[in-house]
Amino acid sequence: MTAATNHNSTAAVLQVRDLRVYYHTTRGSVKAVDGISFSLNPGERLGLVGESGSGKSTIALTLMRLLKPPARIEGGEILLDAKNLATLPDDQVRLLRLASIALIAQGAMNSLNPVIRVQDQLMDGFADHAVQLSKAERTARVRELLERVGLKPEVAWMYPHELSGGMKQRVVIAIAISLRPKVIVADEPTSALDVVVQMQVMETLRKAQQEIGAAVILIGHDMGLMAQFVDRLGVMYAGKLMEISPVGEIFANPLHPYSALLIASLPSLTSKSQLQGIPGLPPSLLNRQGGCPFYARCPKAMEVCQTEEPPLREIHPQRWVACHLY
Amino acid sequence: MPPLLELRHVTKTFSRGLINRQRTVAVEDFSFAVNTDPASITAVVGESGSGKTTLARLLLGVITPTAGAVLYKGRDLRTLTPEERHTFRREVQVIFQDPFDVYNPFYKIDHVLEVPIEKFGLAHSQKEKRALAEQALQTVGLRPEETLGRYPHQFSGGQRQRIMVARALLLKPKLIIADEPASMIDASSRATVLANLRQLNQDFGISFIYITHDLTTAYQISQNIVVLYAGSVTEVGDVEMVVNQPRHPYTQLLIGSIPLPDPTRHWNPDGQTVQTTAAQPWHGGCKFADRCPHVMPKCQSTPPPLYRTDPRRFTTCYLHEAAPVASDADALAVFAASTPTV
Amino acid sequence: MTTSRTADILAYLRRNPRLAVGLVILTGILLFSGIGSLTVNAKLARPLSAPPFKPPSLQYPFGTDKFGRNMLAAMIVGTPLTLQVGLIAGVLGVSIATVLAFASAYYGGWFDTVIRWVVDVGLTIPSIMLLIMIAIVVRDITITQMALVVASTAWLWPTRTMRSQVLSLKERGYVELARLSGMSGLEIILKELMPNLIPIIVANLVSTIASAILATIGLEALGLGPSEIPTLGRIIYWVIIYSGVLQGYWWWWVPPIVIIVLIFLGLFLASTGLDEIANPRLRRVA
Repeated sequence: MTAATNHNSTAAVLQVRDLRVYYHTTRGSVKAVDGISFSLNPGERLGLVGESGSGKSTIALTLMRLLKPPARIEGGEILLDAKNLATLPDDQVRLLRLASIALIAQGAMNSLNPVIRVQDQLMDGFADHAVQLSKAERTARVRELLERVGLKPEVAWMYPHELSGGMKQRVVIAIAISLRPKVIVADEPTSALDVVVQMQVMETLRKAQQEIGAAVILIGHDMGLMAQFVDRLGVMYAGKLMEISPVGEIFANPLHPYSALLIASLPSLTSKSQLQGIPGLPPSLLNRQGGCPFYARCPKAMEVCQTEEPPLREIHPQRWVACHLY
Repeated sequence: MPPLLELRHVTKTFSRGLINRQRTVAVEDFSFAVNTDPASITAVVGESGSGKTTLARLLLGVITPTAGAVLYKGRDLRTLTPEERHTFRREVQVIFQDPFDVYNPFYKIDHVLEVPIEKFGLAHSQKEKRALAEQALQTVGLRPEETLGRYPHQFSGGQRQRIMVARALLLKPKLIIADEPASMIDASSRATVLANLRQLNQDFGISFIYITHDLTTAYQISQNIVVLYAGSVTEVGDVEMVVNQPRHPYTQLLIGSIPLPDPTRHWNPDGQTVQTTAAQPWHGGCKFADRCPHVMPKCQSTPPPLYRTDPRRFTTCYLHEAAPVASDADALAVFAASTPTV
Repeated sequence: MTTSRTADILAYLRRNPRLAVGLVILTGILLFSGIGSLTVNAKLARPLSAPPFKPPSLQYPFGTDKFGRNMLAAMIVGTPLTLQVGLIAGVLGVSIATVLAFASAYYGGWFDTVIRWVVDVGLTIPSIMLLIMIAIVVRDITITQMALVVASTAWLWPTRTMRSQVLSLKERGYVELARLSGMSGLEIILKELMPNLIPIIVANLVSTIASAILATIGLEALGLGPSEIPTLGRIIYWVIIYSGVLQGYWWWWVPPIVIIVLIFLGLFLASTGLDEIANPRLRRVA
């Protein structure tokens, strides 16, 4: 087993190997994603957590092949169904979108077409993927999809502006699962929603994904949300993966100093405590120095950290860390 | 001594459109008083549409109430003389939510520190001005030599917000209204900004109204809490009581929905009605009635009064009608008597 | 971080070829007039200073027209006059527009309603028609008066565009913060809003000058405006009524048209080059 896979490679539904995505600007290349590898098992919920500048939003777009210039995939593989998404021509990628890999984007509820009824937007995906249905079948499908996401059938002939934010996001989930994809990429799906609605939407997503057997990659910055939703969690920093482990183990015993500091900075609802942030700033993705990207802010930094970049290695079963401490 | 700021039966309605007037009631018959002695931090917690932003703007005098009055030291804001208004601006400061929008990109960050110094005559020479600015920055933990002389885009959101805290500190106000100061900042800097707020309260005796949707941070730094739903108060009182033993069904729902960073303690999706169709217009009773698992017929017809369920906590819910009905003065007294905890 | 201003400007011009080329063309035209007025006798632009209808030669590089004007001299005299009208009208128009736009957008109320109404109505009336009416009434006028006539409608469009810019800027957080810091309305306009609007004002200025020049040339070509001075538009008027094209006196109408085209090319390129600065989305500070 190489460092690129975190699990039995034959069972994985999605495998990302050494993915690199750079933005080519007039001032140089911004290395938004710089060598990320992980696998996703069928039906699994994987979380990718990172702060701004960690590269997490770029990953979502990359997996869906929705990058626009000046961003470009520089290297690496994205293996889905034995096809490499990274190098596949556009017309073939289009066939895979929604059918094999679907996206729930941030603020997606605002990208529902305001002049088209919900049921027509749900059926858009079918039309694009040449699925023929009779009128009766279509109505039944729409009803089924809406029910799956906990919406009443009446919603089908409503317009998006008649729905609340949470309901709109659930329509988006319905669209995402309509063709039963193997992978759902959710990029900060609840960032614009209130906390009560957020819980409802995430539970809807969980139920839907479990029922159709899809795997989910949840990308975000909210550690609490990750703790409640995902099975495995990857911590991103400066375009790289610092740690990836089962979620319970990361929270109970974070191995990477960044993960530990991040968890320690989270305010608790049970007792009042010292509020401790992480001093310093994330490094510029433009001029990357060698060595570990977290070196400048790490309380446990050693000499070797400044010059040599630590590889992502499996320290304990299922626990991968990129740190010289281990 | 009248309270520093007070809202007396304030209602704020927003209407849109000339012919078919659509009215949204942001805040409904709301009474609230802020005492700054002793200096305390009061959290106002609510989701979007709860009226918390409108509340902030009413307190700052940026908007005027449709009914009721906003009083500063007993005087209606609308009747203040220019001098009184000037003093008001000095004693009541603000920290806004968006650390990006609040800086004029044309100027260096020194500008946001210099303007209040000049406007309020805090320094009389260039050297004094500089010294004041440096001191304020140092207090919040920023290094003046690395901060002054730079442009806003050269700083992170967290740093910009801390510069704003330094600015608020310059005037040594009695009250700072912090409108979601940490919601647009990364988690790792959020704690630092909130620690700065706490520090201002403890070391400089500045009171805060901390407006947020995040109950967790509200719990961390405040002593008292007001929970808003759709423009009305649902629960109010000592923050430990409200968070650990919530009485109002909405507060319970809110707390149960918080994603705790602990995979072993799951949020609670049951015990609440999920919205499956579009919202219905308000019928006149308790605002939460449509979603409440304990709803009774009278909840739909008349809004419940404020019940004092514990010595330092009140709630507006018929489930607790056995408790004595409280007046706004009672709630006020409770807040005034609160002692700051760590 | 601390490079000199000129180095910054030159580097920017290299990245923005449109603006650079536009400025070069405009400078070229100004130099033409400037050096020309020093080397060529202005009196040669007067009628009867040379035999009429002489084609270009060494003696008369641009030939002569029907009245015996040395065309080269006429170009050298006429060009700055045309530019002058445009400049005065443009600056006047944009100045009025700036004041009205700020006052209207920032203070709102009845003043805003009145201004908005005036602008909306004024823009629907074809300005050329208005200008013709005014020019007919005020016969035989000087260049400066011509500029005022043109300015009387030139302020409408910039007022509208700048007003909407100010309206959106007014909502920014830093304006609210300034208000809460005790700044007065005028202070906010001058110190907080104006600096951010300078690029737009400049862009507006360039386009207003361009349309003012066009309006002037148009009016003159119709026979209005100063009657004896060989402004570019006037020359075209004479060419038209004396059938200069049909009679084959190409050297009479080609130079003014070439210069007019160059002026507009320069202004257009400069204006679209400035667009990049005016558009906030592209205006990210490096």
